[in-house]
Amino acid sequence: MLPGTPFHSRTAPLCAAQNWRRWGPCVVAGSYELQPEREYFAVRTSAALFDVSPLYKYAIRGADAARLLNRVITRDVNRCRVGQVFYTPWCDAAGKVLDDGTLQRLGEAVFRLTCAEPNLQWLYANATGLHVDIEDVSEQVAALSLQGPSARAILQQLCASDLSGLRYFHALTTQLGGISVGISRTGYSGDLGYELWCEAAAAPQLWDLIWEAGLPFGMVPAGILALDVARVEAGLLLLDVDYTSARAAAIEARKSSPYELGLGWAVDLRKENFVGRAALALEQTRPAQWRFVGIEVDWLAVEGLFNAAGLAPQVPTQTLRASVPLYLGDEWVGYASSTVWSPITKRYIGLAHLRAPHFATGTGLQMEVTVEHQRRLAAAQVVDLPFYDPPRKRS
Amino acid sequence: MAKRYDAIIVGGGHNGLVAAAYLARAGRQVLVLEQRHLVGGATVTEELYPGFKYSVFSYVVSLLRPEIMRDLSLARHGLEILPLESTFTPLPGGDYLLRGPDHAQNHREIYRHSPRDADVYDEYGRLMAQMAMAVRPILGMAPPNPAAPGWRDLQSLAQLGSHVRSLGGERFHALAKLMTMSAADFLDEWFECEPLKATMSASGIIGTFLGPRSPGSAYVLLHHYMGEIDGAFRAWGFARGGTGAISNAIANSARSFGAEIRTNAAVEQVITKNGRATGVVLAGGEEIQARVVASSLDPKRTFLKLCAPADLPTEFREAIERYKIRGSSGKVNLSLAALPNFTSLPGAGLHLRGSISISPSMDYLEQAFDDAKYGEFSRHPYMDVLIPSLIDPGMAPPGQHVMSCFVQYAPYNLKGGWTDAQRTAFGDTVVNTLCEYAPNLRENILHRQVLSPADIEAVTGLTEGNIFQGELALNQLFFLRPVPGWAQYRTPVRALYQCGSGTHPGGGICGAPGRLAAMEMLRDGL
Repeated sequence: MLPGTPFHSRTAPLCAAQNWRRWGPCVVAGSYELQPEREYFAVRTSAALFDVSPLYKYAIRGADAARLLNRVITRDVNRCRVGQVFYTPWCDAAGKVLDDGTLQRLGEAVFRLTCAEPNLQWLYANATGLHVDIEDVSEQVAALSLQGPSARAILQQLCASDLSGLRYFHALTTQLGGISVGISRTGYSGDLGYELWCEAAAAPQLWDLIWEAGLPFGMVPAGILALDVARVEAGLLLLDVDYTSARAAAIEARKSSPYELGLGWAVDLRKENFVGRAALALEQTRPAQWRFVGIEVDWLAVEGLFNAAGLAPQVPTQTLRASVPLYLGDEWVGYASSTVWSPITKRYIGLAHLRAPHFATGTGLQMEVTVEHQRRLAAAQVVDLPFYDPPRKRS
Repeated sequence: MAKRYDAIIVGGGHNGLVAAAYLARAGRQVLVLEQRHLVGGATVTEELYPGFKYSVFSYVVSLLRPEIMRDLSLARHGLEILPLESTFTPLPGGDYLLRGPDHAQNHREIYRHSPRDADVYDEYGRLMAQMAMAVRPILGMAPPNPAAPGWRDLQSLAQLGSHVRSLGGERFHALAKLMTMSAADFLDEWFECEPLKATMSASGIIGTFLGPRSPGSAYVLLHHYMGEIDGAFRAWGFARGGTGAISNAIANSARSFGAEIRTNAAVEQVITKNGRATGVVLAGGEEIQARVVASSLDPKRTFLKLCAPADLPTEFREAIERYKIRGSSGKVNLSLAALPNFTSLPGAGLHLRGSISISPSMDYLEQAFDDAKYGEFSRHPYMDVLIPSLIDPGMAPPGQHVMSCFVQYAPYNLKGGWTDAQRTAFGDTVVNTLCEYAPNLRENILHRQVLSPADIEAVTGLTEGNIFQGELALNQLFFLRPVPGWAQYRTPVRALYQCGSGTHPGGGICGAPGRLAAMEMLRDGL
């Protein structure tokens, strides 16, 4: 049996749906209620509390910590100030993405790297000859994510530090009710939100503190199904869903470069040598073959297809983690990897991979839609990401 | 020389704003004139006490047409609709009926009351969804005139004919029943559980001066079923920030297309010249000229207050005078220090996050109507109660709440009139009734706003405080709304149009009247 997280004693009694899902080495709640709708709306209107402990976490310390990380990730660690957080991918030598995650710079030579898959061996492999200490703290560090417009007000009640001064993608260490907690202004929701990091032993106590503080604000515990809708609206990609790690790809065609995933902004070719640099430098000089984009499926087209069959339109209310073909006329031009009905923007949206030259914003396409057992095509359009971007996310 | 607009929209309620947005989107110079200091009409949010925001009048949304949300990009202009999850009917004996989003849980819950009804419930839901699909095309068309059909009317009638044929016998017959029966009779054919029937039939009486046993109430049931959110019928939602957020989103959309909106600008008169509307006069005497004038006010107010009698044919004027627009409901808004605790289902939970319906039985509702028939407000009223702050915590300070109580019946023509004493007595009746089910309510009330139909009329201008701008009765629907011969948004005064809920397809936060009226104006060459 997979273990629960350090919060399991608190999440288990709340999980009325008994909807447990695997996430990495643990099980977490898929949704707490039978219908995850309210948990999603909490992200957008009040606050939702997620247990994100299954993330892999590595503490990287030592004189050469920055050098190691600069060798691994595609962004320039020297530009990451103490107290700042970087989102970044990292690649193999061919410049194909292995994983992506966040890097917190907790001190001049103290970092925490979080990611979706184990990367310990990769870090070790790249640390040869460097003075650096790499520790897998995945089980020692518990993590909560509090996302939603009320997140700041809830935490501020508990926190001595002034959170209004904590900028987007920055972090601080503070005390919450006597517990030492790291707070980063990050999340996976595209909304105002924070992630909290503490010792696993203090996890239940931290949960209780936030629980009490959050209830008057309408905070709810939320599972990964709700988060999966919010992250698509935020245009954030997910490993194993929107791309395959170069480490796991069965065939070459399944590998992607950061440029092909819309992460070109996170590749810094000016910095010292890093894994994949040569390949990426070459790729950058060539026209892109693939691009990761947002698509919006034309609601009237979908409605028309279903109405013609005498049915009300059916759209995925949970993120459909399946590849859906995209066409331009008779030509296959790509695929959507995550599609969902966006409840807040009232749009049928998807994250998609498109082949050149069909990825320009505004390009008209068709997406495959199954209506009454038959494959049909509905009009869709390439749109800019993210789909939902409230000012409060950064303000 | 003063600016001359293409169109003046009288009244900045949601329909007026929708009409303005569509006209502005088509490139016309539009001016909306609203008497109050804020737009929205009966679709407003007001912070009457610091931190406590009330959807003062209308309080939920379902009928707002999806094509309007799309055409006007209302989501981009700030409209966010949150789901209402449940319907909770507390019962006097300490039991309750709770329906929520989960199908199997609903079956289990209804089974507790009636195993038979539990099985039929789904079948009924499917039929009503089919009925809503069946009438949906009608919501999107300007009604044809069957008495004196022109080419377009004939086309529409032919479309309707083939649409009805496509329904097939079973569905057509069900539709005919819904159009003619009482809600009680219609539901009796399906269910036996009293609280279930009563709660469902309540949608057949909301906003009307009918009891559940009055013929015609079944149609109103269907009217409330037609709302669709994301393609799902019978979905009711709550606008984040209250219903005023809907008006603001439409107003923002209209402005983005170039429409001008003036508040504190009450229109007193429509100016005519040679039988043609040419502008309006505001309170204070200012005159504004326009090629057309469209009124989103109710028909009585439009034609009997804004128009000079000499401008209207006598028969038309008489028909408008006969138009039924009877105030039957009131509203009580409460600020609460803590949540109500229902004896039958203590604590917080799903049951407080949706509609709380005080409708224990058919007899209860019909008796509530009996009082109103003879000029009294119901001693035990029907209520549709919502706690908006549980759906959108921004509606009240942390830990505190707002409660919206739609109350029926409260006849406009109350015996002795709506005095302050009567209003207080009405408010007390509402609180007392709720306290029978949730005794802790009284001690937690911080503020109380009581609105009689007379108050609703005084603030919004809605004649008799009728929320639909006229009874949703078969004799006042489709090509008969508001009066026969004038259902296509035009009026006997050239260049004067109607675009409010008094026109097809009627009331609720729907927007279709505003949109269809704008289409007709553009069709006439505006």
